[in-house]
Amino acid sequence: MKKYIDTGKKDTRSGFGVGLLEAGKADSRVVALTADLKGSLKMDAFAAEFPERFIQCGIAEANMIGVAAGLAITGKIPFAGSFAEFVTGRVYDQIRQEVSYGETNVKIASSHAGITLGEDGATHQTMEDVALMRALPGMVVLNPCDFNQTVAATIAAAKYNGPVYLRFGRPSVPNFTPAGEEFVIGKAIMMNEGTDVTIIASGHMVWESLQAAEALEAQGVSAEVIDIATIKPLDEEAVIASARKTGAVVVAEEHNMAGGLGELIAGVLAREVPTPIEFINGADKFGQTGTPAKLMEVYGLDAAHIAEAACKVIKRK
Amino acid sequence: MATSAELKKVSSQVRRDIVRMVANAASGHPGGSMSSADFLTALYCEVMNHDPKNWTRDGKGKDVFILSAGHLTPVYYSLLARTGYFPVEELNTFRKFGTRLQGHPSVEMGLPGITQASGSLGQGLSAAAGVALGKKLDKEDNFVYVMCGDGECEEGQIWEAGMFALHHGLDNLIAMTDWNGQQIDGTVASVSGEGDLELKWKAFGWNTIVADGHDMDAILKAFADAKALKGSGKPVMILFKTDMGHGVDFMAGTCKWHGKAPSADQCAEAMKQLEETLGDF
Repeated sequence: MKKYIDTGKKDTRSGFGVGLLEAGKADSRVVALTADLKGSLKMDAFAAEFPERFIQCGIAEANMIGVAAGLAITGKIPFAGSFAEFVTGRVYDQIRQEVSYGETNVKIASSHAGITLGEDGATHQTMEDVALMRALPGMVVLNPCDFNQTVAATIAAAKYNGPVYLRFGRPSVPNFTPAGEEFVIGKAIMMNEGTDVTIIASGHMVWESLQAAEALEAQGVSAEVIDIATIKPLDEEAVIASARKTGAVVVAEEHNMAGGLGELIAGVLAREVPTPIEFINGADKFGQTGTPAKLMEVYGLDAAHIAEAACKVIKRK
Repeated sequence: MATSAELKKVSSQVRRDIVRMVANAASGHPGGSMSSADFLTALYCEVMNHDPKNWTRDGKGKDVFILSAGHLTPVYYSLLARTGYFPVEELNTFRKFGTRLQGHPSVEMGLPGITQASGSLGQGLSAAAGVALGKKLDKEDNFVYVMCGDGECEEGQIWEAGMFALHHGLDNLIAMTDWNGQQIDGTVASVSGEGDLELKWKAFGWNTIVADGHDMDAILKAFADAKALKGSGKPVMILFKTDMGHGVDFMAGTCKWHGKAPSADQCAEAMKQLEETLGDF
């Protein structure tokens, strides 16, 4: 199978910080807002380079979303950032009215998403955010898989005219996609071609899926791996074509079952090409305190569980 | 320059529009629309620097108005129509299927003059602060106006916006509160512990002006005073003391007409009390 090299672990939020600075240099309309989490969101470099265009909102996320919408009305391209839970669940109604229904060019920068936020525990670990943002008409939902892809996704979000939800994480994870590759919103990325089973993944689960595919290869199973970096709009064509080819699908995501990528893919396949499918996700549970690696293992969000699900779904063909 | 007497004639027509629109739709919010009709008439017909025929959503080079209390579409649409944003006849479509005059302000439907969607309360002050900050970043010299209800100020986000606007020195932001003391479930005093809004806004560090919201001279002075505070580094809150349902005796001073449509008979009775000055739609 195609070889992916981890060029050194990096956090995807740092990818956001780099992408934000680049986007800011390329377009003076880009502004950044945060609710007292400048350092956590890696906005320091942007704030230092463009102090006037960095807007500290204090611990008041609801107001931050409204201010971002107002700035967008005047032609700015605001990135409003906080932890995933606090820029989705806490402000769902504000995003719905000010950004989605209000049709403002606001980018929601959502860091520390999923269970890999780690030790802070369940109050901070949202695994419901994709469901909320997917439900909003017109909202683009991005969940890049590593540092390099997050840099590119941030730049693409700035160039795209319309609301974007950009999801990334806290821990250092393998950085394995090519640097400087253009991020195309709405396009699935074929990571590895295979014939026996399709593993569809987003975010941190893409690396785990590639590890699973390697393990499967050793067992003589050929796994196709697709990176769904854009959850909405979904590249249905890529999903359908792969399901037709392999006849078995595993969907892996760092998110709960309800409203996540798994249900999304299942819906498309049920309509177009009914296919046996297995799900790797956070089920219907809250997280808890622990290291990211420990939590991934305990909640079944790792390569071993993905490989197991692949073997299971192949038997159901 | 319009005189106070001329503006009062406009607001009389606006109140006729409000009652007729709500009666025609058999739904809507006449009470707060009528309490805010005088100062919003002054704003749209005299105070605000706007160009209805060439309006753009980004508000470049112009003053901007955002209605935070989004349910007050009757007064908002009437004033937009009466100042030339769209044909007055379109007021007939208020709250009807397919209309640009949605129950609450919609950007999606493309009605000229609507800068931001509203209806879910407590959010418009934040959006207005964002527009005001955008204008500051662009070194634009225009004002941003926003109107809130007093009941709406029970939303915590209003006070988040209050801290933000002061912290960022948004002295190009002029907010208005329709201080009519009423909300759906009763008087504001009976429903919540909101207390004295003047004291609260002062405590939040804002320039605060209190004015009689039905005295056109007082309204014009309040706006002039507010504009003169540009350069103070602080936003302005004008608290207009008003009566809900003002202008029609059986609708005034009560929360009962917050979100209730008058019957045909009640509408006819109301029309006897409100002078037709600009021709009904």
